[in-house]
Amino acid sequence: MKRYVISRIIFMLITLLIIISFTFFLMQTLPGSPFNDEQLSEFQREQMNERYGLNEPVPKQYLNYLTNLVKGDLGVSFQYDGRPVTGIIKERIGTSAVLGIQSLIFGTIIGLALGIIGALYHNTTIDYASIIIAVIGLSIPNFVFAGLLQYWVGVKLEWLPVAFWRGFEYTILPTIALSMFVIATVARYIRTEMIEVLSEDYMLTAKSKGLSRFTMIWRHGVRNSMIPIITIMGPLVVSLVTGTLIVEKIFSIPGLGDQFVDSILTNDYPVIMGVTIFYSALFIFVVFVVDLLYGVLDPRIRLSGGDK
Amino acid sequence: MSNILEVDNLHVSFDSYDGEIEAVRGVSLNLKKGETLAIVGESGSGKSVMCKSLMKLNPTGRLKDAKIMFEGKDIASMSEKQMRKIRGTKISMVFQDPMTSLNPTMPIGKQIIESMRYHDKITKTKAIERARELLRIVGITNVEQRMKEYPHQFSGGMRQRVVIAIALSCYPDILIADEPTTALDVTIQAQILDLLDELKDKFGMSIVFITHDLAVVSNIADRVAVMYAGKIVEVGKVEEIFKNPQHPYTWGLLGSIPTVDGKEEELMTIAGSPPNLLNIPQGDAFAKRNDYALEIDYVEHPPMFKVSDTHYAATWLLHEQAPKVERPEFNFLKKASSEESTDEPEVEEYSKDTILKVENLKIQFGSKENLVKAVDDITLDVKQGETLGIVGESGSGKSTLGRAILGLYKPTEGTVYYDGKDVNDGKGHKREDLAQQMQMIFQDPYSSINPRMTVADIIAEGLDIHKLAENPKQRMQRIQELLEEVGLNKEHANRYPHEFSGGQRQRVGIARALAVNPKFIIADEPISALDVSVQAQVINLLKKLQNTNNLTYMFITHDLSMARYISDRIGVMYQGKIVEMAKTDVLFSNPLHSYTKSLLSAIPLPDLEQQKTKRVVFDKEKYHSAEPLGRKLREVAPGHLVECTEKEFAHFKEIYK
Repeated sequence: MKRYVISRIIFMLITLLIIISFTFFLMQTLPGSPFNDEQLSEFQREQMNERYGLNEPVPKQYLNYLTNLVKGDLGVSFQYDGRPVTGIIKERIGTSAVLGIQSLIFGTIIGLALGIIGALYHNTTIDYASIIIAVIGLSIPNFVFAGLLQYWVGVKLEWLPVAFWRGFEYTILPTIALSMFVIATVARYIRTEMIEVLSEDYMLTAKSKGLSRFTMIWRHGVRNSMIPIITIMGPLVVSLVTGTLIVEKIFSIPGLGDQFVDSILTNDYPVIMGVTIFYSALFIFVVFVVDLLYGVLDPRIRLSGGDK
Repeated sequence: MSNILEVDNLHVSFDSYDGEIEAVRGVSLNLKKGETLAIVGESGSGKSVMCKSLMKLNPTGRLKDAKIMFEGKDIASMSEKQMRKIRGTKISMVFQDPMTSLNPTMPIGKQIIESMRYHDKITKTKAIERARELLRIVGITNVEQRMKEYPHQFSGGMRQRVVIAIALSCYPDILIADEPTTALDVTIQAQILDLLDELKDKFGMSIVFITHDLAVVSNIADRVAVMYAGKIVEVGKVEEIFKNPQHPYTWGLLGSIPTVDGKEEELMTIAGSPPNLLNIPQGDAFAKRNDYALEIDYVEHPPMFKVSDTHYAATWLLHEQAPKVERPEFNFLKKASSEESTDEPEVEEYSKDTILKVENLKIQFGSKENLVKAVDDITLDVKQGETLGIVGESGSGKSTLGRAILGLYKPTEGTVYYDGKDVNDGKGHKREDLAQQMQMIFQDPYSSINPRMTVADIIAEGLDIHKLAENPKQRMQRIQELLEEVGLNKEHANRYPHEFSGGQRQRVGIARALAVNPKFIIADEPISALDVSVQAQVINLLKKLQNTNNLTYMFITHDLSMARYISDRIGVMYQGKIVEMAKTDVLFSNPLHSYTKSLLSAIPLPDLEQQKTKRVVFDKEKYHSAEPLGRKLREVAPGHLVECTEKEFAHFKEIYK
């Protein structure tokens, strides 16, 4: 087990390095520079380039960046005149995390419920309704939901605030908008899996014990159908992250996604790099946690891992 | 004895896209307090559906105008809520496959206490205490630790014990056991049967035991009901069924049991396969397969005729106007006559050429820390034209041995010589030539043939690879020849595998193996996935083909009685080693290794008296602790090899003198 974890960590670091290098060189090929402002003179521009090390040859810049990265230094922002990137991430991440985690939890719970109900009433109207919700959630992008929610719930009905981030009621609409995709994905997977689990022999054993339907489904069905859900948790987290980029912008939420979009628009290389690295590391870490979680849910995997 | 359960005119049907399937068609039965009632029938006879409906466990099946009286109430008209108070507490069930009937993500202790907590409303500590007690009763040791473990940490037999403990957890009055030993090895099967028998008295329960194997029930059943196509065709006390069976179907079932004492020419079989329950033929559903069918059988289903107070059978043969027919003789009853015939003059068979030679073969899997010695230093040879049976329980390495001989696994050490040349060095034989001369028949006829190919293409694939057919016409001709050879029709050539029954598919598998004119065939459990009556058909076919095509067989099986029937010599495998090898009758009459003895004594015999003899239990721990004492395979008498120590060797030689 220990050996497994160590080797996984090494592979994670290698993956991260590849992503960093790729993003770095990709950004060099982008047109424009951070100091495009027409009010700046040629001299000022060169001064800025020198100050931030942009006049050095690209390989040198790359090496500099990596050395600093190892020290935990992600550079300074061009846009905000020397504010360290790590500081920007720290300041903004809290908001995004609240939004993301809230959406993930809400989405998973609703998705589980929908999927289980669909499976229990397999091939009935209830089942078809849950499938339709799933299809809608998967096919309509979250910024459309965001807009619709803002208009109907916020503007027309005036139930909830339309934008900004000043308390719990401000989080509700963006959370719902973001979690639609999670609901749909989880519901779809759990429905298929649950239908399969329901026909397993051990469910018949449970029934022959005379357990109530609820106990049967909850204790014997749900946990066994959760195992494949864990697999899609990785991609789900990614979809949430990409979702925040736009949803935060729409709701004017001061999160990391909002910041990321701004930085791209102003060619703020260090912030783009920093946030990309942060997101990638987050994703790689989630995938790793998911693999470990398998063992928690499925004792068969736990043991074979322990033997190694 | 009073009746605890009375079933009257039970019908169960299912809806399918093609129409209504009548799985159970008017079963009337009663179960007495404290008795064991065996329900016997082939797959598809409706026995399992029938018993599940006693607890209303069929998810979609409909009960029609049935009465199931239990404790003065009718189960058939109970609501789900009322049923919950019966399931698990009054009537409980043990299922066929212990590998799938336990929840893989819940510790077994939790699974046992669950229903006690739910039904009996006892505290957790008390429930745990009772669960421990139950586990001890069903024969599980180190209970405290085992309670916390998950199903995958138990072996098959141990899991079935856990399932039984769950079924017993609320002290039920009736235990329904649905083929509880079918998925288990013989020795384990014997243990589970003994356990059930013992528990019946201990808990004062009645048992309904569902099985397809008559031999299994002879020692534990009080009464037997034979089911066919959703009806009970014969019911009676176990002695009556075994000694005085009346229905031709029962004759067929009894006839397909191979003897353990004598060697018969051909096993009795029941031709054909059970009818499709979607379109049940008019009259007696069995008529088509019945050699004794009368005209009236095709018109009207026979009623239950009374043979004695306890014995009834549904066959027109019992009608007073019916012609008298002679009941066939059953192999298992021929015991007395065969005993004398064993000292016939021995024909010297060992002068024949050796076709296959295996020398010090070792196959190992896994890493250094986790080494699995699947085949551990095996040496054997197979002579031209003989059948070598390899017998062992699951995990003994017998399949690995078979595959290694075919070259499907590379040996870790040792050599396999076919026709005097090394199979694996690439010099002696070309791969293609070997593949033509050695063929394999696989265990599962459902998964071993490609469902998207026609039977013709499945059979001819070998012909095409080895270019044995010159033109399409010749190819088709050969396919048709093969189909007829294995007892199928020419018309079957263009069909797909799903249109065939299990036995027919296995015939396709055999035709496929025969297509390239092989000399040596490895049959890896070719019958274990089939019904008893169909098993006999396949075995007879294999024997016939051996004579006509001059084949050499290596017959891998866990079923000693079938191995005995087909093999000239038998090798017994245990943990990757051959522990005993001898000519078949020698092995059965004079087994020396304690493992062989335990295997032999575990065979369920359809013999009512002999059941009472004590079983030999193989002491694993003693065997393993004695391992360093120089055990190896030694020749005790010509052709009889036993794995033993020096001391045992001397002792065995003594026995032979």
